[in-house]
Amino acid sequence: MNDVTYFPGCSLHGTAREYDESFRGVAKLLDIALHELEDWTCCGSTSAHSTDEALAVALPVRNLRIAGRHDRDMIVPCVACYSRFKAAEAGAKEHPEYLETPYEPKVAVRYALDYFCEPARSEQMRAKVVKPLAGLKVACYYGCLAVRPPELTGVARYENPEHMDRLLGLLGAETVDWSYKTDCCGASLTMTRTDIVVELTGRIVAMAREAGADCIVTGCSMCHANLDTRQTALAAKGGGEPLPVFYFTELMGLAMGHPEVKTWISRHVTDPKRLLAKKGLL
Amino acid sequence: MGTSESAEHPNSEFIREVAAVSGVDIRPCYQCQKCSAGCPVSGAMDLLPNQVIRQIQYGRREKVLASRSIWVCASCQTCSVRCPNAIDFARVMDGLRHLAMHSEVSPAEKEIPLFHRAFLDSIRSTGRVHELSLIMRFKLKTRGFLKDASLGWEMFRRGKIKVLPPGTTGGNEVKAIFDACEKGAGQ
Repeated sequence: MNDVTYFPGCSLHGTAREYDESFRGVAKLLDIALHELEDWTCCGSTSAHSTDEALAVALPVRNLRIAGRHDRDMIVPCVACYSRFKAAEAGAKEHPEYLETPYEPKVAVRYALDYFCEPARSEQMRAKVVKPLAGLKVACYYGCLAVRPPELTGVARYENPEHMDRLLGLLGAETVDWSYKTDCCGASLTMTRTDIVVELTGRIVAMAREAGADCIVTGCSMCHANLDTRQTALAAKGGGEPLPVFYFTELMGLAMGHPEVKTWISRHVTDPKRLLAKKGLL
Repeated sequence: MGTSESAEHPNSEFIREVAAVSGVDIRPCYQCQKCSAGCPVSGAMDLLPNQVIRQIQYGRREKVLASRSIWVCASCQTCSVRCPNAIDFARVMDGLRHLAMHSEVSPAEKEIPLFHRAFLDSIRSTGRVHELSLIMRFKLKTRGFLKDASLGWEMFRRGKIKVLPPGTTGGNEVKAIFDACEKGAGQ
C-alpha cells in the first residue's frame, strides 16, 4: 500500500466530480491509499495570480504547510491547483515578505498525470488492464499548465509532450499525432468571454477530429469543462459531430475494469456512451 | 508598430513600475513578435503582446491599463516559454492587471475583473470556491442571469452542481491571509 496525501481542490468537489471519482477509483485499483488533506482551502486559482501576487503565494502555502505535517507526497489531479502550488513554492522563496511566517518546504507536490506516468506505476497499471482500449483513437490534450512553464513542471518536451500518449498506449488505445496538444482552451474566460472559449475549443476539437481521433483525453478540469460543455455551441456553428472528452483517469478505470465507469461518464455533457458502445468497450 | 512612435522619447518610469510589480524586466525585448505569433487570444486583443511591451517602453501607462489585452490574456504562458530573451510576459500581464485593479482607469473588459472579484470574495467567505455561489455572485454583478442557464441545468441534472456550500474550518485563516495581503498592498 502506497500512502499519499490527496488535494482535490474546489472543482473536483463540484463540476469535475467525475475526475475526483475516477481518480479515487483508479488509486484504489493500484493500491494507493489516498488521505484527503485535512481542512484544505482554495489555491486562489487564476483570480488570485491575476490580481494579487502575495495572495497567490499565501493561499497555496497554507495548504502546503498542512501537507508538510505528514510524511507523504501530495498528489494533485487538478492541474490548475498543481500549477499554483509549484508557483507558490517558488514565490515563497523569492518573496518571503509575502508570508507572515517563513515557509520551509517539506512536501513533494506531484501532478496526478506525472505520478501515474512514472515507469513503475504505469507498469503496475498495464499489468491490471483487463479491457484494452483497442480501436479507440484518442487525441491526448495536455493544455497549458501540465507542461508550462517547464521550470515548474519539469516537463522537458513542453512543446510536444508524449507522456500521456505513452500512458494511453499502455491502456491499449491508439493515440493520434496532432499539433494542438498544448494549445490553450481559454480556461477561466468561459464565464466572461464565452465567445473566445467557443472559438479556441472549436479549433482544438476540429484539429483532433482532423487527426482522426474519436475522442479527446485531458487531465485538467478547466479543459474538460470547456471542451465538454462548449461543443453545443460548436455544433450550432456547423462544427460536425461532437467529440467526447475523457479524463485520463476515466480511461484508466475503463481499461482496468472499474465497475463505476458508467456513473463517471454519465456526468459528461457530450455523451461518450455511444462511442464506447460502438467500440465494444462499454 | 513602433516606427510611428519613434519621434516620441521613451520613458522608463512605467518600465520600472512594471518591473517592481511583476519582477520582470522587459527591456531585453527586441520586438521579434514571437509572443504575439503564438498567443491564442491575440485575435481578441487591441494591443498584441509585443505592442503592450512597446507601449510600456513608451511609458503609456493609461493606454496599457485601459487595454482589452490585459484582461483577455488567458495566462497560458506560451509567450513566456517562447521568448528568446526569457521575458516572462505572462507575469507582466499579471502585474498589469494588478495595477489596473488598483488604478482609476476604467477596464476595457468589464466582466473579467468583476469575475475575479467574485471569485476572490467566494474564497474569502468560505475558504473554498463553491461554484454555485460564485456563479450567483458573478451574475448579481453583471445581471446576466439568463446566460448559460440551460447549460447550468444540464450540469445540475448530471450531478455536477453542488447546491450547498462546504463547511470549512480553515475559513478564518483564509480571511486572515486576505487581510494581511490587503495590509501589505496598502503599504
